[in-house]
Amino acid sequence: MSADTPASPDDDLSPEAVADLQDRIDALETEVSDLRTEVDDGGPQKMVIIATKGTLDMAYPPLILASTAAAFGYDVTVFHTFWGLEILHEENSKDLQLSSVGNPNMPVPNAIAALPGMDRMTTRMMRNKIEDNDVASVEELIETSLASGVDLQACQMTIDLLGYDEDDFYDGVTTGVGAASAFQDMVDADIQLLV
Amino acid sequence: MSTETAAETLDVKGQNCPMPVIKTKEAFDGIAAGEVLEVVATDSGSMSDIAGWAESTEGAELVDQEEATEGGQDVYKHYVRKTE
Repeated sequence: MSADTPASPDDDLSPEAVADLQDRIDALETEVSDLRTEVDDGGPQKMVIIATKGTLDMAYPPLILASTAAAFGYDVTVFHTFWGLEILHEENSKDLQLSSVGNPNMPVPNAIAALPGMDRMTTRMMRNKIEDNDVASVEELIETSLASGVDLQACQMTIDLLGYDEDDFYDGVTTGVGAASAFQDMVDADIQLLV
Repeated sequence: MSTETAAETLDVKGQNCPMPVIKTKEAFDGIAAGEVLEVVATDSGSMSDIAGWAESTEGAELVDQEEATEGGQDVYKHYVRKTE
């Protein structure tokens, strides 16, 4: 802004200047209205979760959040990549393991936790706790998520990398998707999470 | 609020987070505008979960929540009205 005295309302503007200003106002109004439409497209809000972990404990957060967000009316996509793919693998998902090593919350020191069979034991303990506390199984949460319209996606590159077949996954799981489609979904989403 | 005024009762006793909210949403979709859904849960977290869900959900109004002891266990009752 210049230091000049601002034009007083008494100053006469040429008709051309008024017309120019009117055009500018019209153009800006159109732009604002376009932006509004873009920001509020009237559709449901979206959440995208990238699930990368395949241990029993890490299978829960994405599935619980996904099914809950769907109950809140969100469009939800969970893109499962690397070990996150195990969650969608029908057979493997029922046998997800909990690592007893490297988890300071475990009641056993790492030196003992590393012994053969320890992962099996801690996994069994965790499964019993899950059952005793009426927490849903991974399988139930997958079925619930799919029934609520959550799009569970299996990264095609990881399917090939781990040598899986499309039939290995739960019915309703989306295959044949890659990073680009996940990224596009994230661009449009209101919430993006990496788990 | 008494059960007589609820159009439908959803029993989610013995189910833990996130199931009470998800089942509530399913049952809520099935009632008509003006009707009240009663949800009976044993998950203490359902008190804040269902209140939060109702607050964020268009057309859902939390009418009442109450705690009771039935058959020696704590139960949490929620009443949600469909406003539109």
